[in-house]
Amino acid sequence: MSTDVTGATPKGDVLLSVQGVQKVYTTSAGPVEAVRDLTFDLGKGEFACLVGPSGSGKTTLLKVISGLMPATSGRVMLDGKVIDGPPRDMALVFQEYGRSLYPWMRVAENVDLPLRAAGVPKAERHARVEEALEQVGLSHVPRSYPWQLSGGMQQRVAIARAIAYRPEILLMDEPFAAVDAQTRADLEDLLRKIWKDLGVTVLFVTHDIDESVYLGERVIILSSSPTIILEDVHINLPVERDQLETRSMPEFVEQRHHVYEQIQKAKRGYNADTASMPAVAASGD
Amino acid sequence: MRALKVTSAALALPVVIVIVWWLGTMNETNPFVPKPGQMVTDLFTVWVGPLMAEQVVPSLYRLAVGLGAAIVVGVALGLIIGSSRLARSLTGPAFEFVRAVPPPVLLPVLLLILGIDDSSKIFLIFLGCLWPILLNTIDGVRSVDSVLADTTRTYGMHGWARFRWFVFPAALPRIMTGIRLALPISIILMVVSEMYAALDGLGYRIMLFKQTFQMGPMWAGILIIGLIGILMAGLFRLVERRVLAWYYGQREMEKQ
Amino acid sequence: MAALAATRPAGSRRTAFLRGRWSNAVLGAVGVIAIIAIWELTSRLGIVNPSYLPPFSTVMVEVLDLLGGQRSGEFWTALGMTMYGWSVGLVISLVLGIVLGVLIGSSRWLREYTNSTIEFLRPIPSVGLIPIAIVVFGVRPTATIAVVVWACFWVILIHVIAGVADVDPVADATARSYGLKFFRRARHVVWPTVLPYLMTGLRLCGTIALVVAITIEIVVQAPGIGAMIATYQSAANVTVVYALALLTGVLGLAINLLMRLLENSVLAWHSSVRAEVEK
Repeated sequence: MSTDVTGATPKGDVLLSVQGVQKVYTTSAGPVEAVRDLTFDLGKGEFACLVGPSGSGKTTLLKVISGLMPATSGRVMLDGKVIDGPPRDMALVFQEYGRSLYPWMRVAENVDLPLRAAGVPKAERHARVEEALEQVGLSHVPRSYPWQLSGGMQQRVAIARAIAYRPEILLMDEPFAAVDAQTRADLEDLLRKIWKDLGVTVLFVTHDIDESVYLGERVIILSSSPTIILEDVHINLPVERDQLETRSMPEFVEQRHHVYEQIQKAKRGYNADTASMPAVAASGD
Repeated sequence: MRALKVTSAALALPVVIVIVWWLGTMNETNPFVPKPGQMVTDLFTVWVGPLMAEQVVPSLYRLAVGLGAAIVVGVALGLIIGSSRLARSLTGPAFEFVRAVPPPVLLPVLLLILGIDDSSKIFLIFLGCLWPILLNTIDGVRSVDSVLADTTRTYGMHGWARFRWFVFPAALPRIMTGIRLALPISIILMVVSEMYAALDGLGYRIMLFKQTFQMGPMWAGILIIGLIGILMAGLFRLVERRVLAWYYGQREMEKQ
Repeated sequence: MAALAATRPAGSRRTAFLRGRWSNAVLGAVGVIAIIAIWELTSRLGIVNPSYLPPFSTVMVEVLDLLGGQRSGEFWTALGMTMYGWSVGLVISLVLGIVLGVLIGSSRWLREYTNSTIEFLRPIPSVGLIPIAIVVFGVRPTATIAVVVWACFWVILIHVIAGVADVDPVADATARSYGLKFFRRARHVVWPTVLPYLMTGLRLCGTIALVVAITIEIVVQAPGIGAMIATYQSAANVTVVYALALLTGVLGLAINLLMRLLENSVLAWHSSVRAEVEK
């Protein structure tokens, strides 16, 4: 029963390494510190969730990790290389599915485009697109336009595009926050299945505590902005998860409860400037 | 049944107008008043044939070259300027001013520099059509969706691939708006430049008919200008519906 | 690592500078000055024949002369004529457009039956009517007004029709159920909906009317700025032509600004200024 606040060292090879990342925005009203100091490693094949209260700089953090935005200080490394722009081996799935698919392209073309731009041979592209659509259960609508599909199906297209690209790591920014509850449960199970089948590393950002515990093998709890890591929790649930069974397991309830408490503490005004070190609560392992 | 109703609604008023016009001018002897029958007769006897090839074709040629060049240059420049915040800031006020100058004002100057032949007219059409296309393209590029832009970046698309697959299609609705605004401008400038100073062309010929008091052929010539305008608008709508099918489809979905 | 940490804040400062409103104004001014400098130099150095493109400074001297020097009488008279055609044409098309637009817009049946005719007549280029206007009215301001009305009337008309058609049926039904009389309903329900559309149409027409008025003046030498330009062109006085072109640009900007101010002050109560009618 131990948690390492400064960043757990994952088993196996380190794929993603976030080292002392700080992000300060320059605004006309002066500098705003969104992310204070963040350090953690992600091993190959891990499924980690970043969970934090609303406005905890989660999206900022993800933009820094994905190389869309430079860090003010600190660095992010993927496979031992410092990230200074979106790396080839990374795919990002956004919350706004309606705005992340190209509305002028059909479903299959959307999935195909990154491969086409990367110069993948046509025959291989075709096979990979078909396979990816199959994996997300959308092989019946390749000729539809994204906006003709429901929100959940659109997000499936975005996921298919990401997996067809065959990244080492899949970053997801609250991808299921804008779909209804039933669709959301389906998508969560789909994502778990893809993770198991493909062995891809997943970093999943959410503000939903249940979701983070249900999905992740590991939950990293973030404070309010300026963000630091409050706690790094190992989730000891079986690999095979089920919406009904898993959610009623005592371990699930207990860990959910723990994460919930930490988030509440963060919301009640945990302040990175005054707190020395957050209390390390018993959990995990 | 529904189709019949729509057709009758579309045709009723034009038919009434033509009939009233016809009856009203039946016993008219004033040569300045146009008669519908005479107009159509003049259209076929005077304009159709050699006059069409000698006067209308050169006009259409100038129109096509000037407008085509404006589309190519306007879209290309717009994509480049729109992509750079620096270029946008630098050119903003200057473009705002140039656009405010009514294009026909340039006609006397261009005539002086380029002479009376095709080049001055083509250049005038080009200049007049350039601004709506250029400014709309810049706006279209500037207002591309930020999430889609991030998506494009994370999938490693930049340079030419980014333009071809993302920036251009994303800006296309605004580009088409610019072209639609440019269509009437191109016809106006074509006619005006020919009326002002020319050796041939539709506008030149109409003015000639006016000066020699051949009112019927003059009216028929004006009818041709109108027909060109209507034809171009119709043709454009067909093309637009085709290339922007996704855009209109999406908007309809959002309305529901 | 050290290099990264050192370059990044610099990068973000540069972005912050580019984002500022002041920097935009400064860069815009730089752009304008650069164009003026290029103009001045290409002419002075003879890269472009100065008799085709006189230096900017020479043109500016002429601009001042037109505004307050020996040619000022001629200029202000011409400007007055142009603005006369502009304003009268605009007012007539406004009145016609509103009356017919409200009439057509308020009946679904009329909308359906007039649609094809409007769509057919609207794209007819206004300049095609120049010869007719000259035949009917002669080379006088009336000819200018007639063509301006043709060009602007359709724009006002389709905007008013779209505005009336946009009246919220629920609001209208509510007003009816409260027994509001026709004029009060028009005043409190229809008018507030139509006004934004009308203002958009009017703003567009401000520019269209100016372009059309000056075009006619150039082509047939109807009195006004356009005729003045044509006169000086035939007299081969290029400097005055350029000076007048610059001044029409300023006039166009001023009209645009005026129309925007008018639109904003009229619609100040209206939460969102509507998009232009797309058709």
